[in-house]
Amino acid sequence: MIAVNDKGYYGEFGGAYIPEMLHPNVEELQRCYLEISEDQEFQKEFRGLLKDYVGRPSPLYLAERLSEHYGMTIYLKREDLNHTGAHKINNTIGQILMAKRLGKTRIIAETGAGQHGVATATVCALMGIECIVYMGAIDIERQAPNVSRMRMLGAEVRPALSGSQTLKDATNEAIRDWISNPVDTHYIIGSVVGPHPYPDMVARFQSVISEEMKWQLEEHTGSSHPSGIIACVGGGSNAAGAYYHYLNDPEVRLVAVEAAGHGIDSGHSAATSVLGTKGIIHGSRTLLMQTPDGQIVEPYSISAGLDYPGIGPLHAHLIDSGRAEAISITDEAALKAAFFLARKEGIIPALETAHAFAALDHLEYNADDVFIVCLSGRGDKDLSTYIKHFDQLG
Amino acid sequence: MAEGLLPAIAYLRPKTINMNRLDQLFAEKQSNLLNIYFTAGYPALEDTTTIIAALAKAGVDLIEIGMPYSDPMADGPTIQESGMQALKNGMTLETLFGQVADVRAQTDVPLVLMGYFNQVMQYGEQAFVDRCVAVGIDGVILPDLPIFEYETFYRQMFEDAGLHVSFLITPQTSEDRIRKIDDLTRGFIYMVSDSSITGAKSGISDRQLAYFNRINAMQLEHPRLIGFGISNHETYAIACRYAQGAIIGSAFIKALAETTDLEGTIAEFVQMVRGEVAV
Repeated sequence: MIAVNDKGYYGEFGGAYIPEMLHPNVEELQRCYLEISEDQEFQKEFRGLLKDYVGRPSPLYLAERLSEHYGMTIYLKREDLNHTGAHKINNTIGQILMAKRLGKTRIIAETGAGQHGVATATVCALMGIECIVYMGAIDIERQAPNVSRMRMLGAEVRPALSGSQTLKDATNEAIRDWISNPVDTHYIIGSVVGPHPYPDMVARFQSVISEEMKWQLEEHTGSSHPSGIIACVGGGSNAAGAYYHYLNDPEVRLVAVEAAGHGIDSGHSAATSVLGTKGIIHGSRTLLMQTPDGQIVEPYSISAGLDYPGIGPLHAHLIDSGRAEAISITDEAALKAAFFLARKEGIIPALETAHAFAALDHLEYNADDVFIVCLSGRGDKDLSTYIKHFDQLG
Repeated sequence: MAEGLLPAIAYLRPKTINMNRLDQLFAEKQSNLLNIYFTAGYPALEDTTTIIAALAKAGVDLIEIGMPYSDPMADGPTIQESGMQALKNGMTLETLFGQVADVRAQTDVPLVLMGYFNQVMQYGEQAFVDRCVAVGIDGVILPDLPIFEYETFYRQMFEDAGLHVSFLITPQTSEDRIRKIDDLTRGFIYMVSDSSITGAKSGISDRQLAYFNRINAMQLEHPRLIGFGISNHETYAIACRYAQGAIIGSAFIKALAETTDLEGTIAEFVQMVRGEVAV
């Protein structure tokens, strides 16, 4: 049975390695998250917003031209069609409702590319709650349109000036804010990372993805069981949601696609399952990229949503135990896959998601296999990167 | 205490039979304890030994040595920046152990290492404990090692070696949990003065004094040192009124950053905190 235990561990991964200053907040969440999220009134409000505000269920689409090219059946789970353009909103809707029930009046979040920041700013606007988003100073430069979106939605974007000024430092700054504001503030973490109960709580809010897949695939094919599910993994929240209801069904292959950046051995990569070793990052015992002395290494990927030096503890457990297979995809292969999907299916994917599509070239499969690719986000935010590569790939 | 419960294996390991220097200190002195924190390898890589020797000479009661870390989530910008500089200077845990071994020839001041648990994991937990004891480290503070994990996986290892572990309490820590922490702590309890990261604020509020009084009334077994927001004689004196002593970090690092005369600055800083000279 693959599930988190009451101390927050998946096998040897997980836990809550947090300073005592965070204990009351985290302990409160640990104590309350299941009771609150399983409450009928909560579920009614959560489901209602997912349907009417986010636009769920997201379609499960048979990609015929892609299927023909690869010689098997490929379905796409269209999380790109959600409000704000990615799966991230499933989690922020759940967490803002959680925060309200915990009586919190102030929200903080971290963001890398800005997608989670936008999804958080969106739900805070919806609920009329103060929102502060920490973002690496370098990412603020790189992702200007998303910074403007957050500001238009009424959020304050605070630059993380410490360390390498990217996602991991934005996370550190958010944690520090939480330490300094322990009573009124809820921290909306954007992925299945961080101390227990975040990995499990976020996975549960994202699990609507695989919940829908089951009945949608049954409608399409008469069986709710695909041969496998392919999803990109940075921290791993869309993958956790896409795997969730199939975790204990060993017949369904789980394929985790990581960013190889310039290549696994290039020194510029984010392939945590290959390059990472066991350690602790942001309160969780997991796999992470670090020096032999335990200093956390800055990862690299062309996709800002995948350049996180760790991986959620669920994924560390799935990969370490052999339940999930990991594939790493270079920047170049991801770019090619994005252009290929655009021309084959008329869908421009996010750069993160493009990695999942590139994995189709590296997968072993049979002609009668049915695979689902989690199309986690749309590519509008990556247009400037795509335009730069038009001459080579367009 | 656990001495009587040590398993037989403990006697097979080379182990100092001397009393832990922290226990010795607290047996002799129960008030006005001054603990100064600095980051190893900062401002320059080789400054670690100079700073320890100068602090000992200036009469601080114990010294907390920061193991520089890339992602110090409980520390504020001053300590983080000093850590980044130390890492750029080439500081590693092994280098630090070598420096501590060198300086131990000059001083018996109790030495406590402060760092993050990932550093200990990567060194190897048992190897870390053994090396600490071998070079003369008396205790450790690992703010992100929770008491559940410590008790379940590591308590025996640290207690067998006689390496003390100090845990933190904050204004939000419940009474039950403070009792539990008092039970698990060896050496002293690190009392966080406010809901904050290191170096965050200055001055002490009535709300904080109420918290200090509340903890005082609990009559804990272990001495308490108040840290976070202690920066000068005034805040040190208040902390010493409500606990056995105080910990100063960020303010000391700032003083080091601005000087070319380490030894002189350190002597002046300690005098300033103790109130031995006019500021």
